Amino acid sequence: MKIKTLLMGAIASAAFAPAAFAERGADGQVSIIYWQAPSILNPFLSGGTKDVEASSLVVEPLARYDPNGQMVPFLAEEIPTVANGGVSEDLTSITWKIKPGITWSDGTPFTSKDVKFTYEYCTHPEGGCAQVTKFEGVTSVETPDDLTVKVSFAGPTPFPYGPFVGGESPIIQAAQFADCLGAKAPECTAANFGPIGTGPFVVDEFKPNDVITFSANPNYRDPAKPAFGKVLFKGGGDATAAGRAVMETGEFDYAWNLQLAPDVIAQMEAGGKGKAIAGFGPLVERIMLNNTNPDPALGPDERSVVRPHPFLSDPAVYKAMSMAIDRPLLVEIGYGKAGKVTCNWVPAPAIYAADIPGCDVQDIAGANKMLDDAGYKDTNGDGVRETPDGKPMKILYQTSTNAVRQDFQALIKQWWSEIGIETELRNINASVFFGGDPGSPDTFQKFYADVEMYANTFNGTDPQSYFGNGLCDKAPSPASQWQGENISRFCDEEFDALHAELTKTADAGKRAEIGQQLNAMIVEKGGMIPLVHRGRLSGQANSLGGHVLNVWDSELWDIADWYRVK
Amino acid sequence: MLTFTIRRLILSVPTLLFISLVIFMLLELAPGDPMAQVPLTVPPEVKEKMREALGLGQPAHIRFWKWLVQFFWIEPQVLIDHYFGTSFSQGDLRVISWQTRSPVMDIVIQRMPQTLWVVGTAYVVAILIALPIGIYSAYRQYSWFDQMGTFVSMVGFSVPPFFSGVLVIVIFSVQLGWFPSIYDTTLVVDSWDSFVKQLQQMIMPVMVLALQITAQLSRFMRASMLDNLNQDYVRTARAKGLSEYVVVMVHVLRNSMIPVVTVIALGIPSIFGGAIITEQVFKVNGIGQLLIGAIQANDLPMVQTLTFIFAVLIVLFNLIADVLYGILDPRIRYD
Amino acid sequence: MTDAAKDKAVQHSSVQQESDKPARSQWRDIWDQFKSHRGALFGGCLFLFICLGVIVGPFIYWNDAQFVPTGRDFIKLRDMRPIYHMLWDPSAKMDWAYPLGTDNLGRDTLARLMFGGRVSLAVGMAAMILALLLGSLIGVIAGYFKKLDGLLMRLTDLFLALPLLPMILVAAVLFREALSKSIGPEGGVFVLIVCLIGITSWMPTARIVRGDVLAIKEREFVLAARSIGTTPRSIITRHILPNVLSPIMVSATLGIATAIITESALSFLGFGFPPDFPTWGRLLNDAVDRMTLFPERVLWPGILISLTVLSVNYLGDGLRDALDPRIRGR
Repeated sequence: MKIKTLLMGAIASAAFAPAAFAERGADGQVSIIYWQAPSILNPFLSGGTKDVEASSLVVEPLARYDPNGQMVPFLAEEIPTVANGGVSEDLTSITWKIKPGITWSDGTPFTSKDVKFTYEYCTHPEGGCAQVTKFEGVTSVETPDDLTVKVSFAGPTPFPYGPFVGGESPIIQAAQFADCLGAKAPECTAANFGPIGTGPFVVDEFKPNDVITFSANPNYRDPAKPAFGKVLFKGGGDATAAGRAVMETGEFDYAWNLQLAPDVIAQMEAGGKGKAIAGFGPLVERIMLNNTNPDPALGPDERSVVRPHPFLSDPAVYKAMSMAIDRPLLVEIGYGKAGKVTCNWVPAPAIYAADIPGCDVQDIAGANKMLDDAGYKDTNGDGVRETPDGKPMKILYQTSTNAVRQDFQALIKQWWSEIGIETELRNINASVFFGGDPGSPDTFQKFYADVEMYANTFNGTDPQSYFGNGLCDKAPSPASQWQGENISRFCDEEFDALHAELTKTADAGKRAEIGQQLNAMIVEKGGMIPLVHRGRLSGQANSLGGHVLNVWDSELWDIADWYRVK
Repeated sequence: MLTFTIRRLILSVPTLLFISLVIFMLLELAPGDPMAQVPLTVPPEVKEKMREALGLGQPAHIRFWKWLVQFFWIEPQVLIDHYFGTSFSQGDLRVISWQTRSPVMDIVIQRMPQTLWVVGTAYVVAILIALPIGIYSAYRQYSWFDQMGTFVSMVGFSVPPFFSGVLVIVIFSVQLGWFPSIYDTTLVVDSWDSFVKQLQQMIMPVMVLALQITAQLSRFMRASMLDNLNQDYVRTARAKGLSEYVVVMVHVLRNSMIPVVTVIALGIPSIFGGAIITEQVFKVNGIGQLLIGAIQANDLPMVQTLTFIFAVLIVLFNLIADVLYGILDPRIRYD
Repeated sequence: MTDAAKDKAVQHSSVQQESDKPARSQWRDIWDQFKSHRGALFGGCLFLFICLGVIVGPFIYWNDAQFVPTGRDFIKLRDMRPIYHMLWDPSAKMDWAYPLGTDNLGRDTLARLMFGGRVSLAVGMAAMILALLLGSLIGVIAGYFKKLDGLLMRLTDLFLALPLLPMILVAAVLFREALSKSIGPEGGVFVLIVCLIGITSWMPTARIVRGDVLAIKEREFVLAARSIGTTPRSIITRHILPNVLSPIMVSATLGIATAIITESALSFLGFGFPPDFPTWGRLLNDAVDRMTLFPERVLWPGILISLTVLSVNYLGDGLRDALDPRIRGR
């Protein structure tokens, strides 16, 4: 029966589609290359950006963020707000209206049951869902009718757009995943590799960690879209090769996340087949300052746990270190048009960015004077300053392995040496550095170094929980198996109090004001030295049209609108 | 020889079990986290939940036992089911990859064609080139041919594939536009045109790989031939009036094959293992790329299974090499 | 020192004492043969030259390998071309003070090549020697003593099967801190890398040597030596080892190249030397992205690695020929 309807649908679309909707599939194939290959097409089981973005061709959320960070309805009719009655006055529930007439790619209707099922799937205690934080605070998802979804929260939620909004929270089909709840999730290989969705494409073949082929969804809601009939989604290799394939040889149309030095990008663009496009989210490359003592002589329960650091906690020291850095040069060397000078922890959305002066000037003389005045002098003439109690100012500076980061390390080491601070460099394989293995001494959480450099960001446009990364109780320690987001172990009562205030504030203007204060505080009080506000840089073939780079949602959010420039 | 082979085959079972245990313990000890590639925006509590869902909460010995059962008991059943349509493995849990949450063996089988095409061809090409070069270089030691061969093979061996691979891409894909720089694994060879396409995309990786293997093999061949060319038995053979061809190609060659057989036998398992860097450079996405990807993502079941299959092949081909020694030189006796 | 070597040393001195006799020592013969081998002489000179260059070079050369120019100098000094560029492009950015140009951070290329050569040569040689010693020892013992053969070859199988990367991770966790405490961070990394490369690359040598030993020990001269009561130790050192020398020499040349490249892969992955510590492999690796813009940056480290390997190869060839009495006679 089901197969029959399916077949009928296929025949119908095959018979009528060409006549009625001449546009769909008219532009042939588009080829996309991601240098990290997708492993699975179920975003709830992976959480990796590559997997989330690959699956965004197929499964969609109720609303997405556009390139400006504004929400646009996708499967919903409109964005619910307090003004239009979609969000309750007490901020404890949000009601979504689904666009009528939407069908899954197999032809069955898309209903609120699927939305509720997605909630149940992801919040199942044994499922290990990667996106469960999207449903934080949700007490129930109700379905008054087929086109209405009511999400209730435990308390007032000033920002109720976590569930079902954005690329990380798409909706999966209840019928397909009904038997895949909880511990059974990994057994549904066919569903995980070929989810049925409402998006512009359906999966033809998925070769894990290698290649995916998609074809246009015959039941897509806009009969004229997508313009491409096929998508080839190749994974693997490295960023250089991906950029080359788009901009120099023209074998591919789109390359994701080309984290390469600007001169390398410029050389590729000279190939004439494509261009690099940039977009800015809240991603910031920063140097985290260890607020605890990482001395190897300390025992495992004390190292990088006990406060304070021998000298890094002195404002004179970290301010001098920050002044010695030539940020415009770092941007020019490392990121080009995909980078901006910043001294902010959260530089975007712009309303949260604090105004911190003196960021774009390097002042080695001023830094030296500041250290001299604070009593850090080179007493034994070896070119390295000593602290007032006689400890030499030597620091270990670690980061993950990445060509641009190693260039940054070399430059910053030189600048710091000019203010009398000796730096030992270390680079660690990214899979170890960012892995949370408590047994490894080299993870960024353990922070067995004085300073470390990496980039971090947050999803969506609301930084409340991201600001929470500066709270005292989020500091990693052996007691928490070295888990916790407060990597620099920053701890300040004033900050904690201000953050608590933020969680209770609903007014947007007031939230922005508190955000700016938090932003300035963590930099002023020695949590980190922000370096570069990083954008995402992708490569696009000249013959590809209709794409706007989006950093707030899946990069392929608008693939339905892509077309071939004739 | 037969009893020797049988004895060795039986002995290889405990050996392999021991190897699998050592690999498992090594992977256990190695720091790493299957959640390393999950973005930092996912909080640690959620990552902990995801780890538990992968079965990481269980003690190591239970996980090892589970892997043994899955690999040696359930996977063969799946194979039988596949060929005979039976249903022994119904409902049993197979070896599941942490990255893809799908059976490891399915992915391995999916990756075999491109690895065999590229790495296998490179090996065959290399053997076909290296043996004649090695023999002739030794026969005409210090001739210009020998000097050329030495120079090319040494430079070829000391240039790493991450450089030579990119070099041939820049020359043949970017500048000349002859060959694709990215290997298309979805290509199905069913016509002359698709066969030509397959050849085009294979040429560069095969070239780069074959250069390395040829360099290594021809050096061993040459050295071993040189050792034998001055032996007394060669003089005897010549004195008997045998033709030069028979002396070199039958007597000397046969006696010179032992090191070469060893090197080839060590190399064949690595055909299966793929060529990690070359596969990465050309995006061949074969077994080598699978292994390095799994190691970086700390996908322990995948790494364990792949290295174990690799170990089986090593043990098997070293046994074959030992048997071949006895055939090449009947004086060698194991009993 | 082995018995055989002692014997020879005694013999040598006795020959020197009775210098009126026309008899020549074995070592003298070997040296004469080695000298007359043009390839060996060339290889030896080249190798010495490279070693001198990297050891003495940094002392007499005026630029520091790790110095990064700052401020206005940075833009002026970065991406400098080698001086020979003026032959075809006089307008290129170059300076006689930087004969081989500078990299994208303004660090002097020649200084980096010399400094990096120290590390690469040291790692390459040390790891190669370690692998060779281990490989030859295990290969000879396994080939000669039937009782140990099975055990040692299964051990070889085990090591062949172990994946390199997890091994490095484990070793780094277990030993890096301890080593860097006792011999400093760079020394610690050096020992760690040499040991790791050595331990993971002796197996082919062992298999090859064993194969040859299996065949050689059945030859008549070994039988003869055994029948006059020669101890196994002298049979191995005097009769078997000289006959398996040529595959060992080939392994040595190939091993040095592998070690230099493996080191670069390790550093690249973040398990090796600190990132501002240049090595040839790393220089090559870092320059691959800018290959078409600055071909000299890949060319020079590539040429140096190849030259080192070639010189060791010719040295090995010469040494092998010199040690082969059958060739020496002619």
